[in-house]
Amino acid sequence: MKAFEYAAPSTIESAVSLLGDQWGETEILAGGTDLITSLKQGITAPDRVVSLKHLGLNDITVDEDKGTVTIGAMTPMGALASDNTIARHFPALAKAASNLGSPQMLSTGTVGGDLCQRPRCWYYRNGMGLLAQKDGKSLVEAGDNRYHAIFGNGGKAKFVSASSLGPALIALGATIATSSRRIPASEFFATPKSESERETVLKPNEIATAIEVPLSGLKNATYEVRHRRGLDWPYATASVAFQANGGKAQVVLGHVAPTPWVASQAAAVLNGAAVSSEIAAKCGAAASQGAAPLSKNGYKTKMVETAVKRAVLIAAGLQAEG
Amino acid sequence: MASASWPEKGNRSLIGKRISRLDGPAKSTGRAQYAYDVNLPGMLWARVLPSPYARAEVKSIDASAAAAMPGVHATWVDEDLINDEVRYVGQIVAAVAAESEEIATDALAKIAVSYTPLDHQVDDNNPALARRPSDKEEGDLAKALDEADVVVEGNYSCPVITHCCLEPHGQVAEVRDGELFLWPSTQNVSRYADRLDDAVGIARSKMHVDCQYMGGGFGSKFGHDKWGIIGSIMAKETGRPVKLMLERDLELAIAGNRPSAHAKIKVGTKSDGTVTAFEGELWGTGGSGGYSMRAFPYVFNVPNLKTTIKGIRTNRGGQRAWRAPSHPQTCFLTMSALEDAAAALKMDQVEFYKKNLGLTDRPDVYAEQLDIATKLIGYDRKSHLRGDASPGPVKRGLGFGLHTWGGLGHGSECEVTINPDGSVSASIGTQDLGTGARTLIAIVAGETLGLPLEAIEARIGKNSYPASGASGGSTTTGGIATSTRLASTAALNELLAVVAPRLGGNADALEAKEGVIREINHPNNAIAWADACALLGTNAITKRGVNNRTEAKEQGFIDEGVGGVQIADVSVDTETGVVTLNKMVAVQDCGLILDMKTAESQVMGGLIMGITFALFEEALYDPTTGRMLNADMEFYRLAGISDVGDLKVHMMTGEKYEKRGVIGLGEPPVISPGAALSNAVANAIGVRVPELPLTPERVLAALA
Amino acid sequence: MSEEPTSSQVSDSGLSRRGFLKGFGVSGAATGLIAEAHAQEAESAPKVHGPGEIPVTLSINGKNHRINLEPRVTLLDALRNRLDLTGSKKVCDRGTCGACTVLVDGDPAYACSMLAIEAEGREITTIEGLGTPDQMNAVQEAFVENDAQQCGFCTPGFVVACTAVLNQNPDATLEEAQGGCGGNLCRCGTYAGMNQALLDAAKSMKMKGGA
Repeated sequence: MKAFEYAAPSTIESAVSLLGDQWGETEILAGGTDLITSLKQGITAPDRVVSLKHLGLNDITVDEDKGTVTIGAMTPMGALASDNTIARHFPALAKAASNLGSPQMLSTGTVGGDLCQRPRCWYYRNGMGLLAQKDGKSLVEAGDNRYHAIFGNGGKAKFVSASSLGPALIALGATIATSSRRIPASEFFATPKSESERETVLKPNEIATAIEVPLSGLKNATYEVRHRRGLDWPYATASVAFQANGGKAQVVLGHVAPTPWVASQAAAVLNGAAVSSEIAAKCGAAASQGAAPLSKNGYKTKMVETAVKRAVLIAAGLQAEG
Repeated sequence: MASASWPEKGNRSLIGKRISRLDGPAKSTGRAQYAYDVNLPGMLWARVLPSPYARAEVKSIDASAAAAMPGVHATWVDEDLINDEVRYVGQIVAAVAAESEEIATDALAKIAVSYTPLDHQVDDNNPALARRPSDKEEGDLAKALDEADVVVEGNYSCPVITHCCLEPHGQVAEVRDGELFLWPSTQNVSRYADRLDDAVGIARSKMHVDCQYMGGGFGSKFGHDKWGIIGSIMAKETGRPVKLMLERDLELAIAGNRPSAHAKIKVGTKSDGTVTAFEGELWGTGGSGGYSMRAFPYVFNVPNLKTTIKGIRTNRGGQRAWRAPSHPQTCFLTMSALEDAAAALKMDQVEFYKKNLGLTDRPDVYAEQLDIATKLIGYDRKSHLRGDASPGPVKRGLGFGLHTWGGLGHGSECEVTINPDGSVSASIGTQDLGTGARTLIAIVAGETLGLPLEAIEARIGKNSYPASGASGGSTTTGGIATSTRLASTAALNELLAVVAPRLGGNADALEAKEGVIREINHPNNAIAWADACALLGTNAITKRGVNNRTEAKEQGFIDEGVGGVQIADVSVDTETGVVTLNKMVAVQDCGLILDMKTAESQVMGGLIMGITFALFEEALYDPTTGRMLNADMEFYRLAGISDVGDLKVHMMTGEKYEKRGVIGLGEPPVISPGAALSNAVANAIGVRVPELPLTPERVLAALA
Repeated sequence: MSEEPTSSQVSDSGLSRRGFLKGFGVSGAATGLIAEAHAQEAESAPKVHGPGEIPVTLSINGKNHRINLEPRVTLLDALRNRLDLTGSKKVCDRGTCGACTVLVDGDPAYACSMLAIEAEGREITTIEGLGTPDQMNAVQEAFVENDAQQCGFCTPGFVVACTAVLNQNPDATLEEAQGGCGGNLCRCGTYAGMNQALLDAAKSMKMKGGA
């Protein structure tokens, strides 16, 4: 870890002013569970680290008039997982948070950090670059890509988005407020085309401050395919939200693409149809259409089918939470 | 004279009871000091520079810029590598020692190494690359296959796994007045410093090794290794203590590799299930060094066989011994192939194994164990032929593993001192890997001297104590138990001779029990232990006992050769490929048990380590760069507390087993889980998942 | 430790805490350096520390420790290398294995994944603060009794995690208590003993009203 300057400003304006306008000059420190590892791995070596610890931004508030729940970006994942309002209205979010499986991670990791964390791709984490190119070829394509993307992998980015909350937030139609603007969750994530880009549309000196989730009464759920039960990454995730009678459906996949992946053809299956086991299975099958597996990750297609099917059934109350 | 033979069942005060390990409180409260925890005045922090290339010629190594940094006190460069090759990623090429870890890290970045990259090879599963086959042939394979009623053929595979000791390899070294003091994390206290003298230029007799606690070895911590040399040289050069512990990625990539084993196997059976033919070709890698793998088939000595074993040299860290070397791999390969034969015969698994127990070295033991294990798992209620026919996506199945191990106690010398104040110490140059060595020494000495556990000071972990073997192959417990028993008995007999005049004159009529020395036939004629020792005047009694393996085996102190049976009960979600272990039983033959509590712990631990191998572990390499991709604890997965299911351990006790003497227990229980879980998954889903670990992607691939 | 004891003055909580409050006021979670920075920030440009060593005050097991360290030093390295509190172990050093687990204001956290400077103003409890070999807490006693340890290197982290989950949820089921250990890993395979230890400790803590 290279030495760096440290600041812990008490206002968002100060924090923004301390950030550089080029990626890598400065880094934002939220819970630290990803950044400190990244610093040790040398995949980022900023001159300054700006901590958000003293900005507050860690409340969950309900605005009945506006019909929204606002989650401060510095809210610990554990607080999100155990919040009654969230559990009642947004089980898809509560489940995605609690599935982290580690009390230590839940107490320190933050909601904003979850959205902005860097990919876990082992080529990236081993210092071979975000896009893992060597001599103009993809190391991922030629190598071990069992945990890599099956959707949206036509460009150089083959990694999967690490965000646990992203799929659920998109499915629930959330908006992300930053130090300078408001961004629909569905437009928040981006697929980098070069090493100098990142995985969100945030600018280097822009800070995600809060997430607003509309109280739209949608049935929703998240299902993650996991092997180990404690702290671990899911193989594939599905977050779904839809009206009780079908309609307004959203199906969003996690850990299968460089961003959370909106499966609109799967959502179409749900729209206008009452949920049944058969519809859920059809929805799962539709979600996996268009998958373009690499050499070692074809199995994820089946997992996507299952995850979507089960998330739909859980949201509809036809199956217990898995 | 008190006899040194192990006491009879009714006559034991400590042996075989459930006793908590003596150093438990130190460990649970964080007070136990490991090598990594040794902080000394003036200590420097060393870090090593690894090769980023799997194979490259080293042109030059320039550490001058690092050496010039404030706070850097020493640099070390591997001169032998210049104009030679590095052979794997992580090979150490240079090192620095500085006043803080941060400075040492910064200094590493200033070491300039000029490499010319060369072609490398990390693929361990291409038999065409394998070299030096070793062949074995018995009986008439061709005829047996020809006459077999059923012949099955399959490919089976288990990867390189890495020890992942939680305390990494390394040591603190200090040179004072020309003597070298070492605090290593080692499983070989008495001989850790062997051959270090030439490298460091300090006589072997001036090297002092101290390892009171060590955070896991599993076969990977026998030597001082390159980092032991580097740290010692830097300590000598600077005159300051130097701490050098490996970083986690190096710990996984270079300090522990268990060889892989892939095989193509053909099994021939008669229609009644009798196995008559076995043909196997096995290959795998031991990394940059040679490949060592035991003969197979495992446990079942099939009469007609032909096998070949060959190794693939790869640009990976070299292989190290791993708890029960070669056994888990050959057990998995053999039992999987045999179970596939049973499935082809549509034969019940237990019936099949029982039919073939005659091919094993201990049919009676396995038969008894199979009966116990099947009862404990509820076999009659749960069993079915291959393929769970019940509806729904989750399928359930049972699978078996049978194993064997030696476990004869190693050479060991113990010194027992009875002091005039009544205090007793037992000193051995052994080590505690977590098996409870300290506690076992105290149990044996306490049992022998009729004293409670707390009365014995068990001293271990220093090479100044009488030498004892390295802790590997389940040899420690038998070794230290015997040497402690012999030393304690000799010391007691001398004390009895001193006490005899006070208790009727005949030392042979005396015994030490319940804190007193007394007449065997008149227990009221007794003298308290402290009063008895006071009779020694100013002279302590010090006696040594030696475990001579051959003699001790003949005399019944120790033995070798055990069997074990394990059954796994799994559920497999066929829509996600996720395997869940519901329950597992381990039935283990183990000779005379010294401490039932730590013995059961050993079996549980072996079981869990084996389950981890079966479900999660594999070292993954990138073909293009030759790097280990998961040299971390994130993607090199270990089982967590919720991943191992309900575990039941049954130890074979009773006269028949106990009369054999002490047999080591660390290895056997780790062997079978790979086989048992793989067989259970096949029994559940109806097809073999040919590779370990049994990850969702492999299960789905097998089902596809 | 070599030079460090001269720069790390360990003081009893009483005196130095009073000095603390006098110097920096009583409000807010932030004390010491960061609170000082905020006071200045209101008037001028935000305060930036380092990259060289700066004084940091850490409250550990009820005692204040003032040490000089670079902002990049993690809490784990500060504990082990500067303060000789070596019960918290360095294993993965990447926030995966839990061997470095400490309590931060009562919540379990990975000390390897927290900057020491960020622990200012928080109440840190390490394994050394939970009990001694002569006076173990309920979890430690249960670990010893059930042999929930072998090599012992993961043990302190597990003990801290178990203590946290049982303190926070005295009525935890075994499954919930196991969930409290989901961020910790053991290599020797001591989980069977740990399961029984969790049950025993929960029982004993309920009787005694805490760990």
